[in-house]
Amino acid sequence: MPESRKAILGQIRSALRRGPLADACAAALDARLPTHTRIAFTDDPLARFIARFESRSGTVVRVASLLEVPAAVETYRQQHGLPARAAIARPLADLPWPADFAHHPGPAGKDEVLSVTACLAAIAEMGSLMLASGPDSPTTLNFVPDHHLIVLHEAQIVRDFEQAWALLRARPEGLPRATNIVSGPSRTGDIELTIQLGAHGPRSVHVILVR
Amino acid sequence: MPPRSVPPPRVGLFATCLMNLFRPNIGFATVKLLEEAGCTVEVPAAQTCCGQPGYNSGDFDAARALAKQLIKVFEGFDYVVGPSGSCMATIRLDYPKLFENDADWLPRAEALAAKSWELLSFLAEVRGVTTVSASYAGTATYHDSCSGLRSLGIKQQPRLLLGAVNGLALTEMRDAEVCCGFGGTFCVKYPEISGRMVDEKIANIDATGADTLLGGDLGCLLNMAGRLKRQGSTVKVFHAAEVLAGMATGEGIGGAPK
Amino acid sequence: MKISSPQFKEKSVIALADPRLRQALGQSRKGFVNKRAELVGELPEFERLRDEARDLKNHVLDNLDHYLERYEAAVTAAGGHVHWARDAEEARCIILNICQRVNAKTITKGKTMVSEEIGLNEALEAGGYTVVETDLGEYIIQLAHEPPSHIIAPAIHKTKEQVSELFEAAHGGPRKSSVADLVTEARLVLRDKYFQADVGITGGNFLVAETGSSIIVTNEGNGDLTQTLAKVHIVTSGIERIVPTLEDVALFLRILARSATGQETETYTTLSTGPRRPDDVDGPEEYHVVLVDNGRSKMLGGKFQDMLRCIRCGACMNHCPVYGAIGGHAYGWVYPGPMGAVLTPLFVGLDATYDLPNACTLNGRCESVCPVRIPLPQLLRELRHMQHQQGIRPQGEQRALGAWRFVAERPSLYQFANRLAARVLGRLGGSKGRIASLPFARAWTDSRDMPAPEGKTFLEQWQAR
Repeated sequence: MPESRKAILGQIRSALRRGPLADACAAALDARLPTHTRIAFTDDPLARFIARFESRSGTVVRVASLLEVPAAVETYRQQHGLPARAAIARPLADLPWPADFAHHPGPAGKDEVLSVTACLAAIAEMGSLMLASGPDSPTTLNFVPDHHLIVLHEAQIVRDFEQAWALLRARPEGLPRATNIVSGPSRTGDIELTIQLGAHGPRSVHVILVR
Repeated sequence: MPPRSVPPPRVGLFATCLMNLFRPNIGFATVKLLEEAGCTVEVPAAQTCCGQPGYNSGDFDAARALAKQLIKVFEGFDYVVGPSGSCMATIRLDYPKLFENDADWLPRAEALAAKSWELLSFLAEVRGVTTVSASYAGTATYHDSCSGLRSLGIKQQPRLLLGAVNGLALTEMRDAEVCCGFGGTFCVKYPEISGRMVDEKIANIDATGADTLLGGDLGCLLNMAGRLKRQGSTVKVFHAAEVLAGMATGEGIGGAPK
Repeated sequence: MKISSPQFKEKSVIALADPRLRQALGQSRKGFVNKRAELVGELPEFERLRDEARDLKNHVLDNLDHYLERYEAAVTAAGGHVHWARDAEEARCIILNICQRVNAKTITKGKTMVSEEIGLNEALEAGGYTVVETDLGEYIIQLAHEPPSHIIAPAIHKTKEQVSELFEAAHGGPRKSSVADLVTEARLVLRDKYFQADVGITGGNFLVAETGSSIIVTNEGNGDLTQTLAKVHIVTSGIERIVPTLEDVALFLRILARSATGQETETYTTLSTGPRRPDDVDGPEEYHVVLVDNGRSKMLGGKFQDMLRCIRCGACMNHCPVYGAIGGHAYGWVYPGPMGAVLTPLFVGLDATYDLPNACTLNGRCESVCPVRIPLPQLLRELRHMQHQQGIRPQGEQRALGAWRFVAERPSLYQFANRLAARVLGRLGGSKGRIASLPFARAWTDSRDMPAPEGKTFLEQWQAR
């Protein structure tokens, strides 16, 4: 296998008619700071995030403080006729959940129906949420249950991808195993191009937006 | 139009294989339009083919041989103008590519390319023509031939010029920019696929209710006229130049001769 | 995957006669083409983004060795393994060895065209593994034992009724008929598979050199379930998919979905960076990337290098009138449409693929929508040139072109031949002005009349003035 690596790199270099890059060239490439065109918009990032996320069948409810989150979850649960149990990410476990509400920190099992997670940020540009995997945020909570509720603080809304990347790079532990950028519920158009929600991931993604 | 004290540009008319054989009326219409636009027109007798059939079949040597011949015949003119986006795109865009490794011929190819024009864009952009004296009673829809559209940017120019024709109503078809299925040898190498493409084009033409089909490339027009006639359609097919020159009398391409 | 490109003509004729395929292709055109046009119309930056994307890809290709080494280092630093595969066989061996080492039984797959290219599923199944495609379209064609007919919507040629039949046969149970019920059934069946899987294989839309991440972009979330629930996550990707930094990723995320499906963004964009961390509670224990060359490095530095910019969005085939008439199966391999017509001969060889570069009018609509501005018509012409140089083009055509060149190089002979033709054909056209049947031009006159010349050529009439 090391021969394959050598052969492929060798083939690339001979096709490009040069040897390995000189150190100075390599260093210049490593120092490269690209600045690409961004999509201009004048809307308020918060309004834009909500509008774009909702345009893809995401839903958003606004609450005044973290303490109101359990009530928002309860409302959602009853609206959708869901049982009183969920996978709830650890940082949210200490909120005042109802006594009869059974929850665990994950990972989500095959029959998990409801999850409540936090997130790293929301990106206004396309109306997406960025979630980073970790012990406090198991990835399965984002994909296995039918219903995925995300607690987002207004202060977490950033303008565009570039600002979101800065948050990832700022993490002392480096990138997580999975960085999920979620822009709505799961969907497919694979049968006669008819859009259907809930293909494999959640049928519904609901954001609880905390002031 | 530029003032008459400037010597009129000498235009070499490139007839194109198809127009020369199938529809000389387009050639005479072209001459008329160029002269009305203040040009003197010559038609070099030694001209033949631009080489596109060879180029598109992968025979670059044949294409180069014919390109050299054409360059020699036409490079003395102020402009070379032809009633075909396809052929003129070959001269403008492909000739420099064909000679990119030839230090002698590349400058000649580039020089010729720079003064080679498809007719309708030449009239609109170089001569600034905005009015014509022609009339045409009917409703026409315009097919955007692919080379003219995508290689030469021909879209608004024919519509602007045709808009000045007295009595002519223009209506846009759905998918005017989608290929009609001619594609040179494609239509005879893959006739079934070509047949589907031309049938879709004709369905779009029919949906406009137009009585006339216009375009800027004879290959496309022969293809569409051929299919229209086979289906018994009464739609008349002309090259835009014929209408603009007031020479679109009679039954058009594929119709009874005048 | 078996190559059936030599049967292009027969298969295209069969496809043209299939009314359900025609309906499906018509629907998809309306969807993908119109939606893309809408979104592009709303985005003033779009043309500039295309230029930047093209330039960035060119930059990466010119420095591909450097970025691959950087990428490998970053993957390794994150706890992952990078494997290099010169060709399809090596790639298959690498993956089979991993599956064997971990005693895998069930393997789930997200959508990856590279895995079709290397014939992975057949090899895994021959090795005794159960392989389950999880992208709904891929799952459907897996059940149907068919190749994909489009790189984004692989089952685009299948009707609801056909899917219904397939599901009834494969799953047992009562037959569903609505799209909603069919999707729900697939969801339930595949959910079990995700949890059973020992190995999950995904593709990589992009590989990020800076972070060692692989990126997948899906609407369904199937790629995420595939990689998260299995013990081992394997990524298969072509070597040309590297991008240097996260900023470069953002550039592509702004044009990919718009070009592919006419969506602003797909539902899930996921960056996978290494295996689960020591304190993670879910995620794969091992993370492997198989970098596949399989002919790509040969395309560098030559006339076809531009093709390596391709981001597999499918815009070219969505807008191609030939693909729109015949669908994907006629192309005979993994990649259909314009990009397939260029790649298949390059990967599989010119001999088996004569029709692919030739069944094209060079109309250029593909190039006009390609987000990375690949000059597809020119590449197809170059393939025709290669065919000509290798003597692969049909004898009859070579003779005809030889004759045409001979005549066209001799202006007097050219004039004479045309005058003769004008007279003969003009006479045949008679008072109708058209010819219904010409023995030597059956391919034209079988379905079209031939408009007749006027009796004299233009040059003849001009000289007679």
